[in-house]
Amino acid sequence: MSEDLRAPVAFTVMAVLLAIVGFTQSWSVSLSVINLCIISSIMAIGVNLQWGYGGLFNAGVMGFTALGGLTAVLVSHDPIYEAWDKAGIGIVISAIIFVLSITALLFVFRNIENKQIRNTLIILIIVFGLIGINNFYGPSIDIIESINPAKTGFLGGLGLPIIFSWLIAAVVAGLVAWVIGKITLRLRSDYLAIATLGISEIVIAVVKHEDWLSRGVKNVSGLDRPVPYEIELQQSEWFLNLVERINFSKLEAMQSLSSRQYLLNDLVIDSSGIFVKLCYAGLFFSVLLLIFYLSQLALNSPWGRMLRAIRDNEEAASAMGKNIFAQHLQIFIIGSAIIGIAGAMLTTLDGQFTPGSYRPLRFTFIIWLMVIIGGSGNNLGSIFGGFFIWFIWIEAEPLSIGFMNMLAGGLEYDNPFRIHLLGSAAHLRLFIMGLLLLLALRFMPRGVIPEKIQKK
Amino acid sequence: MENFEFINAIVLLSNFVIVPALSYGSQLALATLSLTIIYGVLRFSNFAQADWMSFGTMATILFTWLFQSIGITAGILPTALLALPFAIIVTALFCLLIDRSVYSFYRKQKSQPIVLMIVSVGVMFILQAVVRFIIGPNDRKFFDGEKYIVHALDFKNYFGLEEGLTIKSTQLITVIVALIAMISLFYFLQKTKLGKSMRAYSNNEDLALLSGINPEKIVIVTWVISSILITTAGVLYGLDKSFKPFTYFNLLLPMFAAAIVGGIGSPIGAVIGGYVIAFSEITLTYAYKKFFVYLLPENLEPSGLMQVLSTDYKFAISFIILVIVLIVRPTGIVRGKII
Repeated sequence: MSEDLRAPVAFTVMAVLLAIVGFTQSWSVSLSVINLCIISSIMAIGVNLQWGYGGLFNAGVMGFTALGGLTAVLVSHDPIYEAWDKAGIGIVISAIIFVLSITALLFVFRNIENKQIRNTLIILIIVFGLIGINNFYGPSIDIIESINPAKTGFLGGLGLPIIFSWLIAAVVAGLVAWVIGKITLRLRSDYLAIATLGISEIVIAVVKHEDWLSRGVKNVSGLDRPVPYEIELQQSEWFLNLVERINFSKLEAMQSLSSRQYLLNDLVIDSSGIFVKLCYAGLFFSVLLLIFYLSQLALNSPWGRMLRAIRDNEEAASAMGKNIFAQHLQIFIIGSAIIGIAGAMLTTLDGQFTPGSYRPLRFTFIIWLMVIIGGSGNNLGSIFGGFFIWFIWIEAEPLSIGFMNMLAGGLEYDNPFRIHLLGSAAHLRLFIMGLLLLLALRFMPRGVIPEKIQKK
Repeated sequence: MENFEFINAIVLLSNFVIVPALSYGSQLALATLSLTIIYGVLRFSNFAQADWMSFGTMATILFTWLFQSIGITAGILPTALLALPFAIIVTALFCLLIDRSVYSFYRKQKSQPIVLMIVSVGVMFILQAVVRFIIGPNDRKFFDGEKYIVHALDFKNYFGLEEGLTIKSTQLITVIVALIAMISLFYFLQKTKLGKSMRAYSNNEDLALLSGINPEKIVIVTWVISSILITTAGVLYGLDKSFKPFTYFNLLLPMFAAAIVGGIGSPIGAVIGGYVIAFSEITLTYAYKKFFVYLLPENLEPSGLMQVLSTDYKFAISFIILVIVLIVRPTGIVRGKII
């Protein structure tokens, strides 16, 4: 198939698949899948910027996603004034000591030549910094976590609308990426992967265990929404009218008034769920379009060409006077910021922040699959990969249960082998994922929608 | 009793820090060695290595069950030690099968290391599925035989101390088996012809080919050695604690940290790295309060727990060390690139 045709065909197939789910399961399921597909696509674009344009293997996707999620909480949750009054000052002081110690460390590290003096100073700063922080930090977090621990027990957030957090998440993730990039980007490619994998684990450890900041594994739920609640919709006049008008013919067919009312109630409940999901889908889709547009713009700009030149031949680009480290840092920050946005969107969609749910398989390696199978270096490919892989990830479970049922067809119901087969069906999706990745790497190494080589 | 304060403190520290760290360090060192061997000879970071560990341990557990069901046990030793050689054979064969069907293609193409690393992610997925499919995702204990060598209570009574020292038999087995494995590996690499040709291949592929070394043979030997090391490490870890696929997957990160901290590609570095990571994980999260209570006079006794980092961060410590090493000395403790 010619490469120009691949994108339209791929997206048509995807649309058909989603429509099949809509018809066979329900449109509500199909829309939930679509929403997560869109978020996955945004993450995939972020990774694609780093890997496809920049050639950087960032295995810390999970960390940036979690940072985005944390930002959503910190922006949208109401501040807990009591906690701030009683212990806010302690946290602020320890933060100041922390920043001062780091600055002092950097200063000493850069400016003092004498090794003995330098090392003594470094040890002194670390010891005093730790003592200082411990003095304020420990007691303050004890106070904060003791305030209404069942419901809050943390500092809360800013109390802004959650949609702002999408933007702020980009800034937060970008800042953290700057720090991480400064440390790791001078390393060789596979070192970078390992280092980022590790750092993302550190991020998760912090989010999980610093209860004063994020409530840790106690989770934060009931975040506010950028879209209306189902219950509000069900009670508003215009929505009822809308449902009635759409389903006019169905309602007309009903004989009695009571059964008509009954059907209308059912329809309203269903439609309110679908309406909310559509609202999310609309919001997410506009973000996806914007990010896609900007990334395309960047890819076709002189900056994008320079990045590809660096990716394809670092030495030559370096000889042309390009600062490789600075460019890598830029693209690392931009890509991570996009992942951060997607992380915040994910938490917004869930309405809750659950640090325990961040697992590298789900949030790092699956995203990588999307980029590689979709076609690295091509944003459309990443979007397709996001949709396709997420779809498979979700739909693999019912399919593998069906497959197992077929395998175990001839066996008795209480046959232990049959029970084992059906119980293990869930693990088949890992197998499918691995197989897809290996097949793609072997037979379609440039992905479904490959990067276009531009010759000018 | 006052004169025993110092001895009590030492016993306390050995019981909770030194003995556990020594056995965890040995397990980690073996696992890191296998990672390093793959890195040194086949030149890629194998993300699937932790799942090979699960696979090998799973095979061992299956053989253990088989032996137990037909009545073969190892007496006071765990049956798993009898099952280990068979499990190693199965693991090595499966390794070679995966190598033939997956990795060899990219080796012939002379793909970049990063491509092989991504391929290993695919293998990781498949192995996770296979292990979970066969044995399930749950926690499993497969230890049998004599549990303790030294029991805390006996130790206390015998020496008349306040603190007891417990040494589990698995801890002693771990250290002994790890020592045997390491010594034979180093002997193999340094003294035998095959080991030397492996090092030559790792050092300079083209030159090794010119001098008539058969690359396919080297690759096979590498996978076999890696299987021996990783299966042994996994079984020792599982005997000491328990086997759970997800826990084993999480060991990938300390393994990589140990490899880089020690100096990636260097076997001695891998061993050092393994112990460094294990000791720092345990020493940094241990609460030293009781230790200082024994050592210091009463008026100086600490009020807090005297813990550097909360145990919540046990898992993150290996990375904090990794990051520090990357900043200060990116080549690792032993500057190594080759076997």
